[in-house]
Amino acid sequence: MYHDEKMLESIRKVEANREKNTTLEPRRMTAEEKETLLATFHPDYIESEFRTLVIGPNKGEKVPIELSELLQAHSRVKDLKIDLETPDYDVDVLIIGGGGAGSSAAIEAHEKGANVMIVTKLRIGDANTMMAEGGIQAADKPNDSPAIHYVDALGGGHFANKPELLYRLVTEAPEAIQWLSNLGVEFDKAPDGTMITTHGGGTSRKRMHAAKDYSGAEIMRTLRDEVLNRQIPVVDFTSAIELILDEDGKAAGAVLQNMETGEILVARAKTVIIATGGCGRLHYQGFPTSNHYGATADGLILGYRVGAKLLYADTLQYHPTGAAFPEQIFGALVTEKVRSLGAKLINCEGEVFMHPLETRDVSAASIIRECKERGKGVQTPEGQGVWLDTPMIELKNGEGTIEKRIPAMMRMFGKYGIDIRKEPILVYPTLHYQNGGLAISADNMTNVENLFVAGEAVGGIHGRNRLMGNSLLDIIVFGRSAGKNAADKAKSVTLKKLTLAHVDAFEKEIAKAGIETETVSPKLLPDYTRK
Amino acid sequence: MEQMVNIFLYGKKYEVPSNLTIMKAMEYAGYKLVRGCGCRNGFCGACATIYRIKGDRELKACLACQTKVENDMYIATLPFFPLVKEVYDIEKVKPTEQIMMQLYPEIYACIGCNACTKACTQGLNVMQYIAYAQRGEYEKCAEESFDCVMCGVCSSRCPAGISHPQVAMLARRLNGKYLAPGCGHLEARVKEIQDGTFQELLENLMQKPIEELKELYNNREIEK
Repeated sequence: MYHDEKMLESIRKVEANREKNTTLEPRRMTAEEKETLLATFHPDYIESEFRTLVIGPNKGEKVPIELSELLQAHSRVKDLKIDLETPDYDVDVLIIGGGGAGSSAAIEAHEKGANVMIVTKLRIGDANTMMAEGGIQAADKPNDSPAIHYVDALGGGHFANKPELLYRLVTEAPEAIQWLSNLGVEFDKAPDGTMITTHGGGTSRKRMHAAKDYSGAEIMRTLRDEVLNRQIPVVDFTSAIELILDEDGKAAGAVLQNMETGEILVARAKTVIIATGGCGRLHYQGFPTSNHYGATADGLILGYRVGAKLLYADTLQYHPTGAAFPEQIFGALVTEKVRSLGAKLINCEGEVFMHPLETRDVSAASIIRECKERGKGVQTPEGQGVWLDTPMIELKNGEGTIEKRIPAMMRMFGKYGIDIRKEPILVYPTLHYQNGGLAISADNMTNVENLFVAGEAVGGIHGRNRLMGNSLLDIIVFGRSAGKNAADKAKSVTLKKLTLAHVDAFEKEIAKAGIETETVSPKLLPDYTRK
Repeated sequence: MEQMVNIFLYGKKYEVPSNLTIMKAMEYAGYKLVRGCGCRNGFCGACATIYRIKGDRELKACLACQTKVENDMYIATLPFFPLVKEVYDIEKVKPTEQIMMQLYPEIYACIGCNACTKACTQGLNVMQYIAYAQRGEYEKCAEESFDCVMCGVCSSRCPAGISHPQVAMLARRLNGKYLAPGCGHLEARVKEIQDGTFQELLENLMQKPIEELKELYNNREIEK
């Protein structure tokens, strides 16, 4: 239900053109048009929002201001006396993070017989995986192939994807779907078992597998159930605040802190997997976010301080369709599947202004241009938005499609009196995904021996822009292999004496570079209390 | 001018803007949340909350991140509820009635009060999906419970001590693994990949210069 007179007037224009717009096939932009659009309107291209790092392994490279602040901050253990000789936990594989990647890794490490433990600052399953709505890619249809998937992801990623990582992503995708199915994940299927698949932005084949619009939730709750069935220890409400190395400079555990009592604990491990997810809660450039409460880039900070290299930390994904109205759900994700099913982006005049399935960076930039340059956005209490004409879905696919295929979206807006089957919704880009992260080789390991990474904390798989459905895929593919590889590696590790000498060394670098800061990191949680 | 309302957090009164969700109202009041806050988007079930509007007999339940405050709202969060989660081996269980009797026998003690359904923060027909589980109709139980975020409010209201979200979780896994139709094209593709069918093609692609890859990408055929 909309009450604002200007919104209502604009909706009437959307309605008047709906039939015509539903069947319209808008042309796609040329490569040159896309380049110009991105350079002019994508937030990644605003130089003043980035800062050059002056210390650490990526010295001389630029990252978002908010991230540079945390990467070059003081350690939380700086003034603490910590006894590393009598650890509270002693395991083969320590997994930091209890989302999709961490859980997949835990299951596979356990399968390999390793003594594995998950530590997570909230609960297992409190992760961006839980919130992924649209789906997971895999080239498993006869008209598709891993090679076509490769080219789609490479082009979408601006040809910056690491070939050896992308190769693994696309070739291990069908097996990832099979693994999930065997665990009991309920994918949308036709009665004969054929997967019901759709397009995502930038895909050339319909390879998006889904579980309604709860795809990530369905995967996450199944993985969590499996971790619990295997009785893998999960130390929840406990954050990793610093990595521990051994005297040879190899990863050897982490300093932990109970989020509620503040108690400091030490975990010793033969191998460590960082699976801490993304950074949306850092609100780069003041954007709202579709991310989980704990998405504060902690793993990047932990890794950076022990000398692990970052890759593409300057590229963020702004999901084109965050909710722009009502204000209670400002920034919440409106799944790309809404467009996959046929809804188009419409300006305040009721005009289709772009093809709805361009890649995410292009779509986000195009929406920003429509509002900021062309003045064809719709005013909202929080700023502006454009229409996403959801009723087109039922016009195109028949009544009942919305309730069956995107029930979460129907519920989210329904709570505020907006029936998306009958009324369009307002959207604007929201900070969604960290394209970059810690650099790894094809075996999931960083340049720091025995330090592995999986999931959103990895940089390089998706180049400079990720396609829809390739993130749920990467947490499974690289989560599983991180678990296997870390478990295998642990067998041959003999730990030397544990040390936090790298923390002192980092503090010296801060002082030497003349950085004056009171910030401590990792951030752990955002602070939304009223100031 | 913001319109303000009075709310009571664990009985203590705060004045907050009327347009806030319960979660944001708590933060407005000064709470820095650790428990009871997860995805903030209605998917994770961390922020189960019970409330009563002053003068109203009915106790209501909701997700704090998805519900707007109201005047005279008495609020208590339910950040954890001790659900019973039974451990099983998914490879060994079978989708028969016996498995529910074995793992969650309390479902047969349901007295049909429907308190679970009335309390569901997702508006699901909880009692109905428990009925399906009792009868071993796991496909129906899976479908009916699909949107469950496992917040546990249903179980907090159940006189029979049923852990509804865990019953549904088991039903969905049984359905997904054993009852849903198998997928021929998926199996075929996994086998092709194992046989190395695409390896040469991919290795060629990986070695191509960027200009050639750009050509390929910009001129690729897109399925309608």
